[in-house]
Amino acid sequence: MEINGVPIDQTYAEAFTMYASRVLITAINLRWAMEAARSMAGFGTSVIGCGCEVGIEGTEPQETPDDRPGVRVLLFAPSKKAVQEHLIKRIGQSVMTSPTSACYNDLEAEDRLSVGGKLRFFGDGFQISKRLEPPIIGNGSRPRRFWRIPVMDGEFVVEDRFGVHKGVAGGNFLLLGKELPGALEAAERAIEAMRKVKGVIMPFPGGIVRSGSKVGSRYKFLNASTNTAFCPSLRRQAQSELPEGVGAVLEIVIDGLTPEAVAEAMRVGVRAACGPGVVKISAGNYGGKLGKHQFHLHQLLSS
Amino acid sequence: MPPVILRVKEAPTGVPLEAESISPDLFADRSREEIEALPVALGNESHRLGDFFQVEGERSDQIEVDGSIPRVKWVGSGMTRGRVVIHGDVGMHAGSYMRGGEILIEGNAADFLGVEMEAGLIRVRGNAGHRAGAAYRGSKFGMRGGIILIEGDVGHEVGAYMRRGLVVIKGNAEDFLGARMAAGTICLFGRAGLRTGGGMQKGMIVCMHPVELLPTFAYDCIYAPIFLRILFKGLKRLGVQPTPQQANGLYRRYHGDLAEIGKGEILIPA
Repeated sequence: MEINGVPIDQTYAEAFTMYASRVLITAINLRWAMEAARSMAGFGTSVIGCGCEVGIEGTEPQETPDDRPGVRVLLFAPSKKAVQEHLIKRIGQSVMTSPTSACYNDLEAEDRLSVGGKLRFFGDGFQISKRLEPPIIGNGSRPRRFWRIPVMDGEFVVEDRFGVHKGVAGGNFLLLGKELPGALEAAERAIEAMRKVKGVIMPFPGGIVRSGSKVGSRYKFLNASTNTAFCPSLRRQAQSELPEGVGAVLEIVIDGLTPEAVAEAMRVGVRAACGPGVVKISAGNYGGKLGKHQFHLHQLLSS
Repeated sequence: MPPVILRVKEAPTGVPLEAESISPDLFADRSREEIEALPVALGNESHRLGDFFQVEGERSDQIEVDGSIPRVKWVGSGMTRGRVVIHGDVGMHAGSYMRGGEILIEGNAADFLGVEMEAGLIRVRGNAGHRAGAAYRGSKFGMRGGIILIEGDVGHEVGAYMRRGLVVIKGNAEDFLGARMAAGTICLFGRAGLRTGGGMQKGMIVCMHPVELLPTFAYDCIYAPIFLRILFKGLKRLGVQPTPQQANGLYRRYHGDLAEIGKGEILIPA
């Protein structure tokens, strides 16, 4: 299979299940909503070293609970408890601290985690609970509880509970480029297209990762190490999967609320990436041994 | 599901009729004959619902009362689901102890509307009497949840002892609005009477016009509470349209009642 003259490897991306939550941050204007969101998403690239994967969703919300500009942040972690811990830390330290911000749950799910219910203690007894009924909130049959925490610029409103459900993490594809500038340009095209897909994040810096990893290491204390098979400089020293003429490889990792969202993001991303400077598109997997989800490139791109 | 329609045959004029059997929970699984046989009380006499109302339809949790029934009490009391529409006025205690569903009163509601309700929605197109959403005498708490929306004026002690929930009044309120409230929200678009929030412990009263506050309320600041934006956006869903100034503007915050624990708040547009 080729797209725009770029061959697509007959392989698949292997992804695994992680628990996901979606947070909606509002503020006095988009700039400040984005400041809070960026801070919350900081140091949230990989579960390996950060404990969770966090990113800003590319699509802007059509409406927000307080009618102010808003930004959505997705957070993925290996367990519900981990999601709760990271939400409490990141909302507490990055959103509550950001001027004019408010923070709402943006994921309808059966399971809900107490987040505002924990952050409320910052109010030192002056926090106020407000519960609004479905006719006012207008989403299904559940009331929503908000905490109003007094802060120095007024009040920080945070929702009591945040929904959590199983999502997909680790969807990916690899861009094998002739040289680094061309590969980077292709990856940027891909990210721009993928940010229009709802319910996904690309958690690495700018959505792109250059230090892809393999499972294990020659060092006992390390459970992941550089992806030797895709490092151009190791072509002659380690078992390589790089064809001749490849000078740089970049990877795009995708986490999504559903497998369908990850598949759609991969599809539009690969299509946008295929162009001048790209030698081949491939994907990372572990032989099907680790992840529940497999995204076959040919299958995705022929649909 | 077509509604059960009740047409007034013989309106009580002296002693009021006690008709808590007018409830979607009781109508939902009953035939027309069974609905007609439901008990009602006129003073110390027991009667059948069919003695006072002509019943059309059966087995529905939607009820329509065709006409005014200002001397019929306890309509929809304790209901948990469905909808009751009254094309006119309704007597005392309508929707008291309500736990779900909706009551629409196209005329006026008498006293004790939605008293101690726990959930659901009550809408009144006209006025409501005293102690709407409040507690019965001797009870610790008033309404514990749900929404009461009154498009006209209300009487004394509305929302007194409230524990949770929302009361919205588009008209004016008489004295002791939200007196001794323990929590919950009251939003008054008209003018308030005397001693608003007297004895309140927690909870929020939003008054869109200047209020003569008790001396046990202290001024805090002028600010724009984010929560009001959420509340007013929700009110639009119920057909209440705050002005942009009300929805996005600044409010003077007072806290009190300092004769109690003083954690209640009264917000007045700045």
